[in-house]
Amino acid sequence: MSQSPRTPPLFLRRASYRQRRRRDAARLLPVVGLFLMLLPVLWAPQDTFRRDTAPDGIYLFVIWAVLIALAMLVSRSLNTADEADDADASPDPGQGT
Amino acid sequence: MPFNILVLSCLAYVIFLFAVAWAAERRADRGQLGWLQSPLIYTLSLSIYCTAWTFYGAVGYAARSGLEFLTIYLGPTLVFVGWWWVLRKLVRIGRQQRVTSIADLISSRFGKSNLLGVIVTVIAVVAATPYIALQLQSVTLSFSVFASPTDDGFAPPGTEATAVWVAAGLALFTILFGTRNLDAKEQHHGIVTAIAVEAVVKLVALIAVGVFVVWFMADGPADMIARIDASDIADWNLQPGRWAGLLFAAGAAVICLPRMFQVMVVENADERHLATASWAFPLYLFAMSMFIVPIAVMGLERLPSSANPDMFVLTLPLSEGQGALAMLAFLGGFSSATSMVIVESIALATMVSNHIVMPVWLRLRPAKAVSGDVRRLVLLSRRISIGVVLGLGYAYYRMSGGSAALAAIGLIAFVGVAQFLPAMIFGIFWRGATRIGAALGMSVGFVVWAYTLFLPSFGPDAVIPAMVFVEGPFGIDWLRPRALFGVSTMDPLLHALFWSMTLNTAAFLAGSLFTFPGPVERMQGAAFVRVFDTASGSPRGWERGVAEPEDLLVMSQRIMGDDDALIFFEAEAKGQGKAGYLPDPTSDFMARLERRLAGSVGAATAHAMMSQLAGRATVTVEDLMAVASESAQIMEYSARLESQQEEVTRTARALREANEKLMQLSIQKDAFLSQISHELRTPMTSIRAFSEILTEGDLPPEQVANYGRIIHDEAKRLTRLLDDLLDLSVLENGTVQLNLGLANLSQMIDRALASASHTKPERSFVIFRDLPMENIFIRTDADRLVQVFINLISNARKYCDATAPELRISVRQRGGRVTVDFADNGSGIPKESQALIFEKFARLTDQTRAGGAGLGLAICREVMANLGGTITYLPGQGGAAFRVAVPLRLERKVD
Repeated sequence: MSQSPRTPPLFLRRASYRQRRRRDAARLLPVVGLFLMLLPVLWAPQDTFRRDTAPDGIYLFVIWAVLIALAMLVSRSLNTADEADDADASPDPGQGT
Repeated sequence: MPFNILVLSCLAYVIFLFAVAWAAERRADRGQLGWLQSPLIYTLSLSIYCTAWTFYGAVGYAARSGLEFLTIYLGPTLVFVGWWWVLRKLVRIGRQQRVTSIADLISSRFGKSNLLGVIVTVIAVVAATPYIALQLQSVTLSFSVFASPTDDGFAPPGTEATAVWVAAGLALFTILFGTRNLDAKEQHHGIVTAIAVEAVVKLVALIAVGVFVVWFMADGPADMIARIDASDIADWNLQPGRWAGLLFAAGAAVICLPRMFQVMVVENADERHLATASWAFPLYLFAMSMFIVPIAVMGLERLPSSANPDMFVLTLPLSEGQGALAMLAFLGGFSSATSMVIVESIALATMVSNHIVMPVWLRLRPAKAVSGDVRRLVLLSRRISIGVVLGLGYAYYRMSGGSAALAAIGLIAFVGVAQFLPAMIFGIFWRGATRIGAALGMSVGFVVWAYTLFLPSFGPDAVIPAMVFVEGPFGIDWLRPRALFGVSTMDPLLHALFWSMTLNTAAFLAGSLFTFPGPVERMQGAAFVRVFDTASGSPRGWERGVAEPEDLLVMSQRIMGDDDALIFFEAEAKGQGKAGYLPDPTSDFMARLERRLAGSVGAATAHAMMSQLAGRATVTVEDLMAVASESAQIMEYSARLESQQEEVTRTARALREANEKLMQLSIQKDAFLSQISHELRTPMTSIRAFSEILTEGDLPPEQVANYGRIIHDEAKRLTRLLDDLLDLSVLENGTVQLNLGLANLSQMIDRALASASHTKPERSFVIFRDLPMENIFIRTDADRLVQVFINLISNARKYCDATAPELRISVRQRGGRVTVDFADNGSGIPKESQALIFEKFARLTDQTRAGGAGLGLAICREVMANLGGTITYLPGQGGAAFRVAVPLRLERKVD
C-alpha cells in the first residue's frame, strides 16, 4: 500500500531485459528436463527385444549431465542479481515509454 | 569380519562424528560460522535424501527393474533444476515466517491452524515410520552379512537385537545433538556438519565400489556395457505409468519429506545457497547413481542367485576378498542410514512437540504457559518424541518382518508424504486455498494412502483381512484396496498414488472453493503468496497495551532462554527509543515477538501462548480492508494522491505566477525610482551649476540674463515633470475628478491642433481631416481628451522623420464607441518597442529628448482608462499610428 500502482514500463534496459530472460530460462529448464526424461516412454523399451538398458541408460545420464550443466550456467548468472527484484522495473531511458 | 571389530569400528566412526559435530558447535558458538554456512555444506546436507535405501536399495532396485530406479533421482533433479518456481519461494517463506517444520509451514499458511499442524504431524510420523524401519533394516542386514562369529565364541546377536541397539544408539546421538537448541532457527550446526561428513563418506564409498567394479572386475566402461547387454537386466521394462508416476512421487517427496524440508528450508542460512544447490545437488545424485547399474549387473553375474541384491554393494567386495573396500562400503551404508534417521527424527520431534504436545499442555494448564519453564518442557517432549519415533520405526520393522524389498518400503513413504503437496503448492501460489480445504484434502489423501498402500504393506491378514483384498470391505466390490472404483489393472503403487493424489486434490479444491477463510488465514495467505512483494507480511493483530511487557518478557525467557530474551527485548526497546528492557507492547513489537517465539515452538503454539497474555488477537478494520480490498484501496489511495498532487501543482503554479508578477512589479518600481531620480537630477544639476556661477558675481549682465533664463527653463521643466508625476499618480489611483459634459469632437481636435502647433513650430505639417465625420457630440471630459490629443499630435510633430510630414486624423463611430486615429507618414515605431511605449519614461531615442520626461503616453493611457476608453498603437499604417477609442456617452462610475 505504500506505492501506487504504476504501469509497467514498455521497454527495459538491456541488462534488465537479459535478467528477465535468464529467469525465463530458469523457469523453462525443468520443463525441458521433464520432456527429455519422458522421451523413453515413446521409445517403448518394454515392447522391443532390443537390449535397451545400456543405450537408454547412457541417454538418461547424458541428458542428466546436460541439465546439470545448464542449471549451473543459469544459476550462476541469476545468483548475483537475485536480490534486485525491483531493479528490473526501471525503464530504458533511451527508448522512452 | 569379526563382529566385535565391526562394532568397534562403528563406535569409532560414531565417536568421530561426535567430534566433528562437537567441533562445529564450538565454532558456531564462538560465532566463527565461516564455512559452516557455505553452499557446499548446504548441498551436502541435502544429500540425506540419499538414505540407506539409495546406498543399498538402489542396486537391488536396478537388479529387479532395470533403469526404473533412476526416477527416484531424476524427480528431485527436476525440482532442483526448477528451483526458481517452488524452492526459492519455500525458502523465502521459511526464512520470513521462521518456519520450524513442514507442519508449521502448512499450519501457519492456513491461519496458524493447530488442526492442520496435527494432521500434518500425524501423516508425517506415520509415513516416516516405514522409512525409519527401512534404515534399521538395512543396517541390521549389513551387520548380518558382514559379521562373522569370532573364535572366542562372541557370536553376533540376532538381527532383532542389532536393530534395537542401532535404534537406541541413534536415538542417543540425535537427542544429544538435536535437542541442544530450542530455537529451530538457531540451526543445528553440529548435526548439519556431521551429516555433510557422512554425505562425503557415502559418496566416496559408493564410487569406490563402482570404480572397483568397472575398472578392476570388468575391463573399463566398454567391457561394462557389453556385460550389461549380456545380463538379465539388458532389456528393462519401462512401464510408462510407473515411470511418470515415480518421477512425480520422487519430485514431490524431495519437497515434502520432513527431513528434506528440515535441511532445505529450516537449516538454510542463505538463500543464495539454493542457487548453488540447484545444480550441485543433482550433481551429487548423478554421482550416486552412476555406478548403480554396473554394480547390479556384476552382482547378478558373480554372486549366487540366492544372494540379496539389496546387499550387492557390500557382498560384491566381500566375495572378491576386498575387506577394506567392504568396510568402506559398510560405513557408507551406515552413514546413509544414521544421517537420515537423525534428521528425520529431529524434524518429526519438532513437529510432535510443537503441534501436539504443546497445544495439549496449553489446553490442560493454561496458567503455567506463562510462569512454568516451557523451555524444559519443549526439550523434554522433543527428546521423548525422538525416542517414540525410533520406537515406532522399530515396531514397523518387527511387524513387517523385515523381509520386503527396500525400494517398496521407501516408495510407500514417498506416496505418504506426497499428500502434503496440494496443500503446500496451492498454499503458496493460490490465495483462495483455505484451511478447511487443506484439512479435507490431506485427510482424504491420507486415508486413501493408508487403505490402499500403507496397511496392505503389512501383508494380507496383518491389518486388513485377506477377504477384503478379494471381495472388498463388507462385500463392496469397488472398495477393494488394490482396485479402488474397479480400477484393477493398475500397478498397486501407481494405483495408490493416482487415487490418493486425485482425491486429495479434488477434496482440497472443493473445500477451498466452498468455504470462507478467516481473517488471520487470509492475511497469512496474502503474506505467503506474495512473499516476494512485501518486506514483511505478518498480520498485525495484537491490541496495543493489553499485555504487560513484563509478563511477555517472563514468558519469552521461558521459551527463548534468559539471555536471548533480554537481548531481544532490549533491542526492541531501543528501537522504540526507550531505555531498559521493556518496550511498549505495540502491535508491531508483539508481531515480531510472536514470530520469534514461533521459531522455537511453532506458529500455532506461539500464537496461542501470546493469546494467553494479550487476549484474543483482534484483526483491525484496516487489516481486513487490506486483505479484502487491497487493490481497490490502492487504487483509491493513488487516486487521492493524484488529486492531491494536482491541487498542489495548481497552487504551486498560481504561487509561481503571483511571485513573477510581484517580481516584475518590484523591478518596475525600482526602475521607476531610478528613472525619477535621474530625471530630477539632470535639471537640478544645471540649476545648481548656473546658480553657483551667478553667486560668484563679476559676470556680464547678458550672461547673467542667459544663465537666469536657463535656470528658469530648468525649473519649469522640473515643475512640468513633477506636475506630470502628480497627474500620473492621481490618474493611476483612479481618484481623478472628471468634468463630464457634451463636447464636439471636431472642436476638440481643433483645440488640440492649435495647442500642439507650439511644439516644433518650425515644422509644417500637412493635416488630413474628415470634418463631416468629426461632427459628433460625445459625453466625456473634454479637457482630458484634448490633453491626450495634444500629446499624440505633438509626438507626431516631434518624432515624425519624413521630409514632408503629414498627419492623418480619421474618426469613426462604431456602436457606442468613437475611434480617432492619428497616423503620420514617418518611419513608425519598431515592432519590439511597440509594447514599451506606454510605459513610464519609455523614450525610444535620445536625440530629441528635450521634449519631455517620457511620461506623455503613460499619462495618455491612464487618462483613457479613466475615460472608459483605450489608446493603442496601430501597426501597419505606413507610419506611427495611434487609435484612441472613447465611449460615446461616458456614465459617471460613482454617482
